[in-house]
Formats: sequence, structure tokens, C-alpha cells
Amino acid sequence: MSKYLGTRSVRLGLTAVATVLLVAFVLLLAYENGYGPKAFAQWTMDGIRGGSIYALVGLGFVVIHSVTGVINFAQGEFVMLGAMMCASLYGLDLPLPPVLKLAVAVIASIVTVTVVGILLERGAIYPARGASVVTLIIITIGATIAIRATALIIWGTQAKIVPAFSNLQQMDHIFRPFGLTLGAQSLWIWGTVALVLGALLYFFERTILGKALRACAVNRRAAELMGISPSRMSLLAFGLAAAVGAIGGVVFGPVIRPQYDMGLAFGLKGFVAAIMAGMVSPLGAVLGGLILGVAENVGTGVTGLYGYKDVIAFVILILILLLRPQGLIGGGERGVEES
Amino acid sequence: MSEDKGWSRYSHAIGFGVLIAIVVVFGLVESIQPFGFRFRDFTGGTVTFDTLIRIGILTIVVVGLNLLMGYAGQISLGQAAFYGIGAYVSGIMSTMATRHGLLPGIADTWWWPWFAIAVAMLVTGCFAYVIGRPILRLRGNYLAMATLGLGVVMYTIFREGKDITGGHDGLAGIPRLSIGGEFTFWPVDRYYWLVWGAAIIVIIIGFNVINSRVGRGLRAIHTSELAANTMGVDTDKYRVQVLVLSAMMASLAGSLYAHFQAIVSPGPFGFVASVELVCMSAVGGMASIWGAALGVSFFFVIKEALRARMHQLLRGAGGEHELIAYGIILILVMIFVPEGLSFGGVRAFDWLRDRVGLGKGGEKGVEAQVGQAG
Repeated sequence: MSKYLGTRSVRLGLTAVATVLLVAFVLLLAYENGYGPKAFAQWTMDGIRGGSIYALVGLGFVVIHSVTGVINFAQGEFVMLGAMMCASLYGLDLPLPPVLKLAVAVIASIVTVTVVGILLERGAIYPARGASVVTLIIITIGATIAIRATALIIWGTQAKIVPAFSNLQQMDHIFRPFGLTLGAQSLWIWGTVALVLGALLYFFERTILGKALRACAVNRRAAELMGISPSRMSLLAFGLAAAVGAIGGVVFGPVIRPQYDMGLAFGLKGFVAAIMAGMVSPLGAVLGGLILGVAENVGTGVTGLYGYKDVIAFVILILILLLRPQGLIGGGERGVEES
Repeated sequence: MSEDKGWSRYSHAIGFGVLIAIVVVFGLVESIQPFGFRFRDFTGGTVTFDTLIRIGILTIVVVGLNLLMGYAGQISLGQAAFYGIGAYVSGIMSTMATRHGLLPGIADTWWWPWFAIAVAMLVTGCFAYVIGRPILRLRGNYLAMATLGLGVVMYTIFREGKDITGGHDGLAGIPRLSIGGEFTFWPVDRYYWLVWGAAIIVIIIGFNVINSRVGRGLRAIHTSELAANTMGVDTDKYRVQVLVLSAMMASLAGSLYAHFQAIVSPGPFGFVASVELVCMSAVGGMASIWGAALGVSFFFVIKEALRARMHQLLRGAGGEHELIAYGIILILVMIFVPEGLSFGGVRAFDWLRDRVGLGKGGEKGVEAQVGQAG
């Protein structure tokens, strides 16, 4: 395993030096521009909110990749579908109190998107099982294009509105702890991410079905010999990933103004989060997403270069691939060993 | 593979013959317009010099991508970045120097844009090397992710670097290519010959790479990397070489695009463009140089046909609506002909020949063998 960039210690050293330099640079820049700790706190908080959606998308990538080996580029589209569907269901004229209507819209859109994920697996991935990974990846790209165009036909180019969960208004309730700005929806988002992660971890660690899924990820052939059907596990993985994506879309609906073409951006950032987790660790994907969100917000905040926001994520991506291809958090060497 | 040796020995020669014939016949008919005949009148205005130049330019990119994906087994999701670097270096060098009065006597000569194309290829090659050298040492599809990152970073730089790249509006006023200041490759009917000349040279280079030491090494890696390494094939080195070559091809195409449009803006060099290129490559057939031209043409035809028809099917449809069919076609091709249309075509041809029992004259003996083997 000496084929990586230098030896382990050299890479560790390089990573440490790079981190220290980066932190010093950020602090210096902040000092120059007159930003204090309060600005940093605000950026971090916004970053954790923004990073939560990357975390949820990254979770989906990790679940599907570890079970099937497929990098599902349609992952971001699940977020888009969840948010758009929730917005238009809430907009329907139903004889229900608004709270109930929102609850129905939320649940209905999560269920529908899960069905879309299952249909995607059965309709496009399953018929091509056994094909090369490249072929499968291209199929998911095809699915991305098709889903996006369908969304365009159904909803048009206009941005939709999902009401904030707490007050059912377009303008969210704002808390001002310690002079910072915190929308109530952020609390919903954080709670949801924690809940989803907890539920997933419980599912993977404590239930037979979850263990079967993990077994399939570790060794497909051995799992098959133990009576686990990889085809059903693949279906389950897509269903789970779609559900997680849709949940993300629904809780983020109020803060992002969902639009038919937003899936790709979330998909790519979530993908970076998953890479940070070495594509294998769900917990790592969540942490990776949060770190990414904070890095983006602090980076653009300190430099003031808002147009370059996307660059931050992908520079991180390239640096990780060069310095720690097995992922920053968890994962170990397994992510690299796969071919 | 061994059973179709009979005609595949000639198939490249036949392929070249057919390609050159198509290019020449189209070019001559469109330029001379015998009896007022023009292709565009019979194809609803789809087949024009403009489309064919675009197909030629993208064919150059996709030939490189096929070498990388079909032979080196690595996906690049950022090929549009290399394409873009080519276009922007060409654009910047051929407009900025004269605009700011730099390098008088050099920057306004006829050979300066040609020199810029070479510089662009060199820069892009170095870029690919720097990215590829460490990444390609890893196993798995890490190149896909790194190039994806590179693609987004480059796109953002094209879009935001206002002083150099012109931002959203891009760079305008890129001069036409000429030789000696006398013969200009413009209007389109002249540029057409230049682009397709370049495309045919790139295709020839592609075939030479496949049949060279590097190509044989890469094929050996495809069969068994361990065995290839044992026999002294330097896997990493060959992969990097192919990546650099494919990046340089993309850069050349980008430069040709810049001098064709006379303006470069960030639009055609984003992530979606990279994805489209991968799809063209996959649909045409990754492990086939002919697949490049086929895949690009197929996409252009489908796109144009859909754009024309979707208006009639869906009232008020416009913009991106045709993409839905585009995505479904992509999925269907990948499910039913994962080797791509060119291999699908070869298979269909073999099947048909076996069924009908027809073939070319002197190949009867071989054909009998084909029949037995199949």
C-alpha cells in the first residue's frame, strides 16, 4: 500500500501543515476585515444548517454505494422531488386545518419519493444488474436527467414556497440568542437530521434487516449464501436513500425556495460529504456534510467571494482525494480497496 | 473477438473510407449545391455546416474520452473543464494581447492563434498530469470524483474571473484562424474542412494509441492488472499518459470551438456538459474509436429531432423538455446495449450476415468459420 502519495506519516504531516496554514490564513483574513468571534459563530451556525442537507444527501450516497457499489447521481433529485411535492401538496385546497395539511403533505411527499426511488431501482438499475459500475453510474445520470425534466414539465421553472413549520408563514420566526440570528426552521432541521441519523444507526446496528443490509455491503456473495437476497437489499437501499433525501427536501423546503433544477447542486455537495466519509460510514457522511457546510460559510464569509462558494467544496474534495483518499472520518482503508 | 477477424482486418480501412467519403460528399454538396440541392432542405434544417462542425469538435473530445474510459477504464466527469481550458486559453491569448497592446509584432501575426492552440494543449496536458499522477495511483473510480471537482472549480473560475475570462458574458472578438494572413478558415464551409481534418487526424492518433505499446498495455490491464504488472506493464504510467492525451484532445477541440464561435462563455463548459460528453461516449461505445463519432452524431440527431417534435406533442413545451426523452434513451441504451451503439451495430451486422448468408466475395471461408464459432 505504498502507492499513495508518500507514506502514511508524510501524508499526515502534510495534512497537519495544510490545516494549520489554512486556519492561520482564515484568522488573519478575518482580523484584516474586522470580523470578530460573533461573525464566526453566525457563520458556523448557518453552516451547520446548510451542511445538514449535504449530510442527508451524503447519507443516501453512502447507503446506496456500500450496498450496490453504485454512485447514484439521482440522489439530489430526491431532495428536489421531496421539496417540490411538499410545496404543491400544501398548496392544494383541502378542507383541513393548515397544520394537518402540512403534516399530510410532508408524509405524502416522503412516501411518494420513496416509491420513486424503488421504481428507479426496479426500472433502471435492476435490469442492468451485473453490468459494469460505469454503466450503472451512467444509468443514474440518465435517471437524473429524466426526473429533472419531468419536474420541469409538472412544476415549471417557478420557485415554490413551503411554509416554515413553526408558524406556517413564509417568514419564519427568528430567535436572537446572544445577538445571533437563528430561524426556528433551523431547529427543525437539526432535530430531523439527528432523528434520521439515530434511526438509521439503530436500523443498521440493532435490526435483522439492517444487519442484512450491512452484510450485503461487506460481502455480497457471502450474504447471498446466508440467504440474504442482494436484489432485495439493493431495493431497500434505494428506498432508504430516497426517503432520506425526501425528508431532507421537506425540512429544507422553507429555507431554500425549491426549484426544479436544484437537485444537481445538492447531489454534488452531498457526494463530497460522502467522499469525506470514504463512501462507507453513515456517521462520517453526516459529519462530513456539516464540516462542508461550515467550511463553505466561513470561507465565503471571511473572503467575501460569494461567487466562489462551490469552489470550496471541490477544492476540499480534491485535497481529500490527494491526501486522505480513504476519507477523513471513519471508513478506514476499505473505501480505497474497492475497485 | 477472435471470430470476427475476417472482416475486421479491413474494417478500419473501410471505416476510414466511409467516414472520409461522408465528410467529403457532404462538404462538396453543401458548398457547390448541385441543382440547388442542399441537405438542410431535406432534414428540416438540421444537417448544416454548423451542426457538422459541432459534431466534429465534440468527436475530438469524445475520442479522447473513449481512450480514457474504454481503454484505461477511468471515468472523467470533468472533461468539459479540459475542453474549457482549451477554449479560454485560446480566447484569452488571441484577444487580450492585442487589446492591451502587449507583444506588438507577435500577438497580431497570423500564427499567434495557432501558437495559442499549442500553448493551450500544453497547459491542459500539465493540468491533467498534476491531477492524474497522484489520483490514478488509487484504485477505483477516484479519477471520476477528482475530475468532477476540477470541472466545477474550473467552471466557477470561468464564470467569476471577470477580469480575465469575462465572467458570464465571456470573451468576444476571437479572431478567425488563417494561414499567412491570406487564406482564412472562414466562412463555415472552410472551417468545416479544418475541423473535420483535425477530427480525422485525432481518430488516426486514437487508433495508433490503441495499437501501440500503451494500447496493448492498457488492454492487458483490462484483462488482468496483476498479470500485466507481472509482465512489466507500468499501469500507473500508462493511465496517466492516456489521461494527458485525452485532456490535450479536449483542449484542441476547445480551441477549435473558440475560433468557431468567436466568443467563449462559461455555459458550454459546466458539469452538465461533462455529463453529456460521458453519455455520448457511452452511447456510441466506449471501447471503440468509431463510437465517438457515432455517439456524438446520435445525440445531435436525437436532440434536434426531439426539439422539433416536442413542440407538437406538448403545447407550450420549450427549453429543456426534450431532456426527459434524452434521459430515458440513455437508460435504455445502457440496459440493452451496454457496450454502446457501435458494438450493437457490429453484433447486428454479424447476426444479419449469418442469417442471410450473404457476405463480401473473398471472405467465404472465414464466414464459414464465423458461422461455426457463433
